[in-house]
Amino acid sequence: MTSRWINLLRKPLTAIIISVLTGFIIGAVVLTASGYDALEAYRIMFSGIAGSPKYMAQVVVNAVPIILTGLSVAFAFRTGLFNIGAEGQFVMGALTGTMIGYYLPLPPIIHPIVIFALAFLVGGLYGALAGYLKNKFGIHEVISTIMLNWIAFYFNNYIVNLPGVKVESTLHANPILDSAKINFFSTAWRRSDAGREFIREHEILGEIVKTDLGAGIFVAIIFAFLLWFVLRHTTTGFELRAVGLNRFAAEFSGVPVKKSIFLSMFIAGGVAAVGGAILVLSTTNTVSVLSAQEGYGWDGISVSLIANGNPLAVLFSGLLFAALRYGGMLIQSKTGAPTEIINIMIGSIVLAVAVAPALPRLADYLSQRRAR
Amino acid sequence: MTDSTPRYAVEMNGIFKSFAKVKALEDVDLKVRPGTIHALLGENGAGKSTLMKILYGLYNADKGEILINGKSVQIRNPRAAIDLGIGMVHQHFMLVDNFTIAENIVLGHEVTRGFGVLNQDLANKNIAELGHKYGLDVDPKALIQDVSVATQQRVEILKALYRGIDILILDEPTAVLTPQEITSLIDTMHRLVEDGKTIIIITHKLKEIKAVAEYCTVIRRGKLIDTVLVDEVSQSDLANMMVGREVKLTTDKGERSIGDLVLSVSNLHVRDRRGVLKVHDLSLHLREGEILAIAGVDGNGQTELIDAITGLAQAESGQILMRGTDITNKQPRDVHEAGIRTIHEDRQKRGLVLDFTVAEDLVLETYDQAPYSRRGVLKWPVIHEHAADQIKRFDIRPKESARQKVRDLSGGNQQKVIVAREIHQNPSLLIACQPTRGLDVGAIEFVRKALVEQSTEGKAILLVSLELDEVFDLADRINVIYNGKIVADLNPAETNEQQVGLLMAGGEL
Ligand SMILES: Nc1ncnc2c1ncn2[C@@H]1O[C@H](COP(=O)(O)OP(=O)(O)OP(=O)(O)O)[C@@H](O)[C@H]1O
Ligand SMILES: [Mg+2]
Repeated sequence: MTSRWINLLRKPLTAIIISVLTGFIIGAVVLTASGYDALEAYRIMFSGIAGSPKYMAQVVVNAVPIILTGLSVAFAFRTGLFNIGAEGQFVMGALTGTMIGYYLPLPPIIHPIVIFALAFLVGGLYGALAGYLKNKFGIHEVISTIMLNWIAFYFNNYIVNLPGVKVESTLHANPILDSAKINFFSTAWRRSDAGREFIREHEILGEIVKTDLGAGIFVAIIFAFLLWFVLRHTTTGFELRAVGLNRFAAEFSGVPVKKSIFLSMFIAGGVAAVGGAILVLSTTNTVSVLSAQEGYGWDGISVSLIANGNPLAVLFSGLLFAALRYGGMLIQSKTGAPTEIINIMIGSIVLAVAVAPALPRLADYLSQRRAR
Repeated sequence: MTDSTPRYAVEMNGIFKSFAKVKALEDVDLKVRPGTIHALLGENGAGKSTLMKILYGLYNADKGEILINGKSVQIRNPRAAIDLGIGMVHQHFMLVDNFTIAENIVLGHEVTRGFGVLNQDLANKNIAELGHKYGLDVDPKALIQDVSVATQQRVEILKALYRGIDILILDEPTAVLTPQEITSLIDTMHRLVEDGKTIIIITHKLKEIKAVAEYCTVIRRGKLIDTVLVDEVSQSDLANMMVGREVKLTTDKGERSIGDLVLSVSNLHVRDRRGVLKVHDLSLHLREGEILAIAGVDGNGQTELIDAITGLAQAESGQILMRGTDITNKQPRDVHEAGIRTIHEDRQKRGLVLDFTVAEDLVLETYDQAPYSRRGVLKWPVIHEHAADQIKRFDIRPKESARQKVRDLSGGNQQKVIVAREIHQNPSLLIACQPTRGLDVGAIEFVRKALVEQSTEGKAILLVSLELDEVFDLADRINVIYNGKIVADLNPAETNEQQVGLLMAGGEL
């Protein structure tokens, strides 16, 4: 190997690529071992997604909520906190979105903006609660956020079950008003004559119109840049990072450590909650009685890990994650292979990312062998 | 020596090592005879720690050959080093804080009763015996977080010995020790060598090299200068060899003019984390343009005194006045605003964010002020310009380290980052705790001169140092601390090291 190749091993991007490839290889091994044609499965997955505008649009739609929970986890991580609570904050955001979306009639455009602001506030305070518990009683945020996830879960079910909230003989709450929705194309329009006409005449756009594609992806992009900017270019971000990397030195240099922890959890909670609101405003339009945790927050942890905690990279890892998930469903429906294999693959990618710091050492080792 | 024993215990030939763009070592040889104490000397960032980390398998050399007891070996990781009988005590310790001493020592080499059940009693007994043999007495049941730095170091040495090593590497072992503790460490080293072990020691203190080492290898900027017999050279020869120029070992202070009262501490009482009263009815005062040195044996309340002044610890009673303003029990930020800056003794815990870049750490206390930021937005170009200036002024190496993580700097250069940052802020009162710890003689000369300059400009300096050399070199006044009290207020011109030493030990004149 030439030393240029060896030096490539030291680059962060290489680590990600190698991890993703590793995941695919392990996925292939598992597929083959369970008697499926791995190459065929991957072909279905890639051509399935890449070949269809509708599927691509759907991947984007699916990616948005986990990009936001991913951003939430990544932001907290960059400031030295493990936000396992994105799940619960997400639920609080979805609930807020549904309530404000139904009970507070407002003009379009204003309505979703108000919802996002309130969801951010509610989720932020919910996240900050974990920060408060850490500051006041020294309870580790991993413990408190796991508990808070369950509290949010049952709180959601309690609210949805209240008379007047739940639509009778269903398991969901009253759906939001049209003014709150953020889809580019409403169902009503799709079914109208003009809509049908449009779908017939535009081959590609017509396909995309059939999905729930909405303003959510822009919100996700805005948040990714905002969080990157805060971390990298503001004095607040400087303080948060300092506290995250060495709270003792931060304290000694005059940074208010407790305030920082509180603020960081507030921002993380708010971002995850906006993810929940987007899901409601663009896709589900309501919240249901939950029988199990939905996993958006947990997916966010994986997404943020693959992105190594970098907010801008979260945009891509979120899309990758959603694409794999969606591709997994395609594989299942076309070949009958279980989606669990895709989950194994995603798990392997995350694991491979976790061991990626060993790569520079491998590079050292290789260059040493070469020298001999 | 019989013919069968190899000439060298350690032989490193033509070692090369680079980190990205930094050439840390270029064609360095090191030959260490068995049963000797061999010193490694060089400026901050010369590559001493790197060379030793290669020997200990923490880094792999880019090129070069290593022979242990005459046999060519590959040392890929510390495990391999230990198997070859090599142990290392690092510049910054690597112990588990909430484990006991015994647990730390046996970690990875546990004695079990079978089925993986720890045999703690046997381990404790072995450790006690080993410690006794080499003068490294410790209490195996104490928690690491509760013991002094000197004890932690003994634990590190015991840990190596427990693994049955013959070659012991000590990276700046004396930087964190008091003079008394150094004497005891030197005794331990002699006992180890008598027992047939080989020791490689890195130190910046020339006196120590003269006191213990038989050979000394000097490296400068990654290149080998020479290996000499210590008996054949003087301290200033060594200094010149390592720095490449004359070094003045004393500081010229010039005219002194003392002004108004800056700091006054009266009847201060402070307890440590465990509730023990460490500062007991302590009073002191400090004026503009004055360097006041606190001399004392470590653990006599210096840490708690400084923690109370800087806002890290609560005073139980008493008062701290800064230019007449009460700053008792204020937050660190308020203390800064009162005009106090501190070079903290624990550089890795309190002084630096190791994973920040040099540029970031240089503005750790000023990031929210002009010109480094405006309306909450950082001005990176200004921050990097500032870093470039400081790196040049304080000779932080490597020169292009502004964007490098502080973690990747050598120990002495990390220290320079803190010193640069605190001095640059031009505080009315500068508290300097072990400001020259881990610095090479050239850098020590520079920092001491910078401190004197500050005081000449009318700034007050509170120097806390375990080294009497430094105290006598810099101080206008010496306050001896013993048992949490100032027991003597002395004029350095009218006293001497013996008297101060006696007072530090609790004696009377
Ligand atoms: N992990 C690393 N990454 C990048 N550069 C490094 C790393 N470790 C060491 N260096 C660089 O290699 C050079 C030698 O460092 P080393 O720690 O060996 O110095 P040293 O002689 O022990 O100095 P000191 O007396 O200050 O401890 C320095 O320029 C340092 O910045
Ligand atoms: Mg070193």
